Amino acid sequence: MQALTRKLIRDLWRIKGQATAISMVICVGVLMFVMYLSTFDSLQLTRSAYYERQRFAHVFASLKRAPLSLHARIADIPGVAQVETRVVVDVNLDVEGLEEPATARLVSIPARQRAILNDIVISEGRYIDPTRPDEVIVTEGFAQAHELRPGETVRAVLNGRRRDLEVVGIGLSPEYVYTIRPGDLIPDDKRFAVMWMERRALAAAFDMEGGFNDVALLMMPGTRQEDVIAELDQLIEPYGGWGAIPRELQLSNWSVEQELKSLQGMGIAVPIVFLAVAAFLLHVVLRRIVAVQREQIATLKALGYPRRALAMHYTWWALTISLVGTVAGTAVGALLGNGMLGMYNQYFRFPSLQYRLLPDVVAAAMLIGIVAAIVGANSAVRQAVRLQPAEAMRPEPPGKYKVSLAERLGLQWLLSQPARIILRNIERQPGRSMISIGGIACAIAILIVGLFMVDSMDVMMDIQFGLAQRQDVQLTFAEPVSPRGIHSVARIPGVIAVEPVRSVPVRLTAGSRSRQVAISGLPERGELYRVLDATTLKQSSLPENGLVLSSSLARVLDVAPGDTVTTSVLVGQRTVRNLPVAGVIDQYMGLSAYMQIDAVRRLMREGATLSGAYVSVDSSYLPQLFRAVKETPAIAGTGIRAAALEAFNQTFAENMGILIFFNVLFASIIAFGVVYNAARVSLAERSRELASLRVLGFTRAEISAILLGELGVLTLLAVPVGMALGYGLSGVLVTVFDTELYTIPFTASPRTYAFCAVVVVLATLLSGLIVRRKLDNLDLIEVLKSKE
Amino acid sequence: MGEVAVHALRGVDLRLFPSEFLVLLGPSGSGKSTLLNILGGLDLPTNGRVLYRGRDLSGADDATRTAYRRRHVGFVFQFYNLIPSLTAKENVALVTEIARDPLPPSEALGLVGLANRMNHFPAQMSGGEQQRVAIARAIAKRPDVLLCDEPTGALDISTGILVLEAIERINRELGTATAVITHNAAVSAMADRVIQLSDGRIASDRRNAEKVPARELSW
Repeated sequence: MQALTRKLIRDLWRIKGQATAISMVICVGVLMFVMYLSTFDSLQLTRSAYYERQRFAHVFASLKRAPLSLHARIADIPGVAQVETRVVVDVNLDVEGLEEPATARLVSIPARQRAILNDIVISEGRYIDPTRPDEVIVTEGFAQAHELRPGETVRAVLNGRRRDLEVVGIGLSPEYVYTIRPGDLIPDDKRFAVMWMERRALAAAFDMEGGFNDVALLMMPGTRQEDVIAELDQLIEPYGGWGAIPRELQLSNWSVEQELKSLQGMGIAVPIVFLAVAAFLLHVVLRRIVAVQREQIATLKALGYPRRALAMHYTWWALTISLVGTVAGTAVGALLGNGMLGMYNQYFRFPSLQYRLLPDVVAAAMLIGIVAAIVGANSAVRQAVRLQPAEAMRPEPPGKYKVSLAERLGLQWLLSQPARIILRNIERQPGRSMISIGGIACAIAILIVGLFMVDSMDVMMDIQFGLAQRQDVQLTFAEPVSPRGIHSVARIPGVIAVEPVRSVPVRLTAGSRSRQVAISGLPERGELYRVLDATTLKQSSLPENGLVLSSSLARVLDVAPGDTVTTSVLVGQRTVRNLPVAGVIDQYMGLSAYMQIDAVRRLMREGATLSGAYVSVDSSYLPQLFRAVKETPAIAGTGIRAAALEAFNQTFAENMGILIFFNVLFASIIAFGVVYNAARVSLAERSRELASLRVLGFTRAEISAILLGELGVLTLLAVPVGMALGYGLSGVLVTVFDTELYTIPFTASPRTYAFCAVVVVLATLLSGLIVRRKLDNLDLIEVLKSKE
Repeated sequence: MGEVAVHALRGVDLRLFPSEFLVLLGPSGSGKSTLLNILGGLDLPTNGRVLYRGRDLSGADDATRTAYRRRHVGFVFQFYNLIPSLTAKENVALVTEIARDPLPPSEALGLVGLANRMNHFPAQMSGGEQQRVAIARAIAKRPDVLLCDEPTGALDISTGILVLEAIERINRELGTATAVITHNAAVSAMADRVIQLSDGRIASDRRNAEKVPARELSW
């Protein structure tokens, strides 16, 4: 082994505490990079293989009813490779052990298994037997939630008739990777199922024989999607077509896509913070090492070592520290990535979600580790190389100090001598103090970024379910009903209040922009469902004329109050009207459009119809209400507020716990790394000074107060900076997550800020205590003998 | 290499009296620094006893020895050991803030002839000036014992004499018992008593019949 290599190993061993602290910061940065990006790759690769194997369609459309003969005409659209026409209906389920009704989406499948679009993968059991019309295949999530096995039955209400459906298989489909009921916030496996049923059996139950109400198609490579969609829309329009949507807007795929985007974003953004902090730490520590070793460097130069050898020597310090962290980070990152993928298994249903760590991710991790090391080492290495041997043999001149800012402002009478030492030291090396403040601030910011989401979710749920939607149950009718419907609901025992809603699918067009949404027609000023601005928390009265849009929809359409949007109703007589935008309100979820219910009825040219009702119920009567609903075939869907909250809490609470744990851990590592290194460097530089003070009669506690006081001041200065930084980063993150479907409110409670500050202060204290033990062992005699 | 027990001091028996000026003379390795460290409560003897006004310091814990240094001992070191971030006056105030009944820092600096350099930082002063600040810092608490370890070791002769004059004046005017360690035999002429150390033992212990003022020393 070369002598310089030996020196490197022994020198590194002497600063092993600091080296470990920096390695850990790098380790966490690399870990996040590997974890997020490998999870991204795994999901991405699994998804595209799955889509391809099961022929996930490119275009989807729903319609009222079209004859089967239309199938051939759709297939004739240029560029269409394969067409699947289906019958799709939502029905109520009466599941044993579940008081409230669940919803099933019944999707038709051919009698004989063949290569259809959106083909199902049967994970257990078998395909349906065409001779037995009551057989179904159900989604895995629902089967697991109810411990359903092939051979068991589920009771469903099909077009008013109760049927016991026999589960023969458990399956998955690329169309329902994210199995969520439209309109829901998060998947609820207990109350929503997709079931595949033989086509003729399903069509017979819903008078759909010889027809279909849903179409999916696959395009040939190189086909323009917009052209196909336009032609398809034209073909299905006479049959009540609602407008086709591309794969990108298909709910399940869209959700997976959003998640992938945020994984990729996090995987690139978060590690940058950690690696920047690590580079700073390397910078400070190496500068110090080079200062201490100036005589050694001079000697090596005098002995004839070239500059390059010295440059390599000090670069290897940083590289060794970084590589240890990078290798550990890659390994732990792969481990955690695997666990994270397991977590995704709860949300996304893939037949097999296999973890994959691609070589490019590992290579990129190594590369960023090396870059961080070289960036961090750069200035110290140049300092070492530039040193003139003769000059370096002489000790460094004593530090130049001046009176601190607080004293210049006339506050010196407030300050004891130790306090002056602290302030002047901080001011003498403003760069280093800034780095320490910046590092600690980063730790606080990372915590806030990780935790504000919890507060935001709370606010979102509070506003959504506490202020806006105050109904206990939302009923949706299979077909619009007359006002008698509302009376029959009101007559159910326990019902306190009922409010009607008339919901109509429309296409809103403004200039070249257009979107397909549902207009909710509501009473002018509802008590149960309140059209509420999430920012001002004020309820909007719905105007007699015109639309109130959610701000997300207004953005999509690029309209403001006073503008006009062309509203094309997609059902019934398909009226087209120009309606004014009467108001825009902030909303966290969904693209929403509201109108007064009477205005919707006028638009539809119909009487006092309603498509659903918001109901408030005495909770002790809920079971009775549910029983009534299960027995009413006219009610196609039931949304239960308590169930939505429960599903939300279950899914989020669990994962939030894990998220918080890792956030606290990682932020503490940064804070610890920064403070420990700052303390060790100060200690090394000032052990002589501190030992002198001890000799003069200062106690251990008093000199600790000087060294740790400096860190304390830096930490206190870092707290507001970190909070501001966290606030800013969270604000940026919110806009990154801002999608058409969700706007995350940006709120962090004072409690969150306080918690983040306390965690980081504790990490600081811990590293302070470790350094304090070193202080207690200062060699008082040795330090007086030697010159610095 | 095995470990070898090295005895820095063997069978040293020494008394230091109030207001006495003592010079400890000896070549490097003779054990004079060890002796000074033990006297100053920085080090503990493996054997034997150290008494300060009847109080036994030999078995005292760190806190007791810290309190002893804080109240009774003033130290002056070869390399001054000033706090670079504090001015001359503040370096003195560092000690007076934790002492009972100290001299005002400006008065202590006046005693060493630095009344006009009070607001300078160490980096702005010469070695001799820094050492005189160190002396002012050591005596500002009105210590009972002033211990100086090679106070002129890093200085040229004329500066060294200025520093010795300052120590002489403190001893004379405040009556502080003073022990100066040096390998410079010339310094011994200004002492009341000279102890020669050699190889860890007291080789000689004599009283000067006549003290020579520091300003007349030369080496």
